[in-house]
Amino acid sequence: MDEERARLLRGFSPRRLPKEEYFSPGHRACQGCGPAIAIRHLLKALGPRTVVANATGCAEIISSPYPQTAWRVPWIHSAFENAAATAAGIEAAYKALMRKGRIKKEKINVVSLAGDGGTADIGMQALSGALERGHDCIFVCYDNEAYMNTGIQRSGLTPYGAATTTSPAGRVFKGQRTWKKDMPAIAAAHHIPYVATACISHLKDFYRKVLKAAEIEGPAYLHILAPCPTGWRCPPEMAVEIGRMAVECGIFPLYEVEHGVKRLTVKVRERKPVRDYIRAQGRFRHLTDEDIEFIQKRVDEEYERLLGEAEEA
Amino acid sequence: MSRDRVSLEICEACAEAVRLADVDVVAAYPITPQTHIAEVLSEMAADGKMEAEYVNVESEHSAMSVCIGASAAGARTFTATSAQGLALMSEMLYIASGLRLPIVMALVTRTLSAPLSIWGDHSDAMSVRDCGWITLFAENGQEVFDFTLQGFRIAEDERVWFPFMVCLDGFHLSHVIEPVELIEEEEAREFLPTYKPKYRLHPDQPVSMGCFAMPDYFSEIKKRQDEELKASYDVIIEVWREWESRFGRSYSPIVAHRTEDAEVVVLIAGGYAGTARLAVDEMREKGLKVGLASLKLWRPFPLEDIRKTLGHARLVVVVDRALSVGGAGGPIAGEVRSAFFHEEKSPVVASFVAGISGRDVLRSDFEAMVRKAFEYLDKGDLPYYEMFGVRE
Repeated sequence: MDEERARLLRGFSPRRLPKEEYFSPGHRACQGCGPAIAIRHLLKALGPRTVVANATGCAEIISSPYPQTAWRVPWIHSAFENAAATAAGIEAAYKALMRKGRIKKEKINVVSLAGDGGTADIGMQALSGALERGHDCIFVCYDNEAYMNTGIQRSGLTPYGAATTTSPAGRVFKGQRTWKKDMPAIAAAHHIPYVATACISHLKDFYRKVLKAAEIEGPAYLHILAPCPTGWRCPPEMAVEIGRMAVECGIFPLYEVEHGVKRLTVKVRERKPVRDYIRAQGRFRHLTDEDIEFIQKRVDEEYERLLGEAEEA
Repeated sequence: MSRDRVSLEICEACAEAVRLADVDVVAAYPITPQTHIAEVLSEMAADGKMEAEYVNVESEHSAMSVCIGASAAGARTFTATSAQGLALMSEMLYIASGLRLPIVMALVTRTLSAPLSIWGDHSDAMSVRDCGWITLFAENGQEVFDFTLQGFRIAEDERVWFPFMVCLDGFHLSHVIEPVELIEEEEAREFLPTYKPKYRLHPDQPVSMGCFAMPDYFSEIKKRQDEELKASYDVIIEVWREWESRFGRSYSPIVAHRTEDAEVVVLIAGGYAGTARLAVDEMREKGLKVGLASLKLWRPFPLEDIRKTLGHARLVVVVDRALSVGGAGGPIAGEVRSAFFHEEKSPVVASFVAGISGRDVLRSDFEAMVRKAFEYLDKGDLPYYEMFGVRE
């Protein structure tokens, strides 16, 4: 970690964030786009010695209409399901080329960047392979909880009850019928050195985790909750706030697993009711009090389990 | 210039060419009959005989994706696959070409399922004929070795920048031990200097690769891709000439055998051309005026060579080792017919589909196909295509 970035974490303040923008303004994201905020800060944290392999999805489509690009770091997009494998190829290339003296030996952050679908659905196999092989990359999932750029279709990370265009709220089904796939746990099950969840609402925690992921040798997996006002049906100015509510009600806890040791990194003293979070979003508007109670119960159980695991560590 | 020939399994000859090319990254997933290439390269990496990163990917899709990432980062990159593996990575083949990355691949040709069959034919190669790769068919081990090394040089040429695929028949070539003339490491380095890409993914000079194109740009980009793939023909010829002057072996898009005065020419791609050559000699002894055209270059399609080599014949018998199910003929036959459609003088093109799923095509079979084609011609009822040697 260079001195500037190390300083970032001492007395963290938004005013002291790096001024450079590596994800340039002028991209075509919706107002209040959570993923755009996540990528902006991800790159501010990592700095210019970074290369990004991007899966097809929101991040790619908002940033790269030929002949324009929003990327001020080297960037490649090739397909939907293979960001992790593409990043692995870049990492392998750097390793070989540095060993042979063809390019300067240095630390270059190789980032695989994919949405929830590109990570946990169609991209799972390539990601699992890359984690297992131990590539020194940062695998980032910006989780906006559905296939948003194609018009809000459900993914394996869409939360229970959320209405999307392929999990609509109908007379028989109340939106998404499955619980959110526990992707960080799946990543951690590969016994890689670092797994963490992060949210655009908790920037200090976010920066610390990105910097740690960069510093640790070997694969790191970052799961970033990135609210999507368009798909979550909330006002654009609420994106960050909704993220905060997700953390504070415990439906998206912030933790890390470093060399197998699990730690809650943002402790919520008094968790807020899940109801507040749910009622703030149009995608859940069909849910009854009973439905919310069901969700609350499961969130409680999972949070307790997480606390238990974190304490054991 | 005479050199020692060594006995090598053809998969090993391919791997040896990859080693001599000083590749940086190899990513491969094992599949029959490509397996020996993956195994030998793994061994070379394990023994330190090859300084490449060998990436044990979890699928062929990732094999090509790793190659794409590595090649984009400026590494010399190789992979190999067969059949289902090719089908699984086919999405990425189009993208490798569209991104203009000089990846080299050995395709050990094998039947596409179903029914599942590990045996050889060209149905896999033909399934990706439009993917924008330079594609060659090798006839023997020497060609596999030579084409593999040449592939890097051609693909990396600034006038080309296309991925390159050398097809070798599963089992009939891949698992056969043949005498192969190798070259020295120093000679390989002279022929194939270190890859110095003009653009690479590197923080020193950030570039964006793989932007999406709206309809107002897409057609222009595709037209350029098509024109430049066709233009790679000249570079291929140039590299072949240089190869001949360095190593004494000459190549051309179609290697013709006794075609000058031939009334009928048999055209086939891949290893079975060796059998066809013997069959042609036998038929000549019987007084049949037959010649052979062994097709080496499949993409870019050598239209002019086709016309020049086959134009004077009365009949061309194309033997395809792939079936275009429900189509109008074997895939190669279809393109040969197209090559002559607007020509004033055109041979009749008979299309036979034979040797699929590893079924042998004997010398006598080639003669039978030639005789059958003549019969059809005399009766005036030539079918669009016929599957040869199939039990009723």
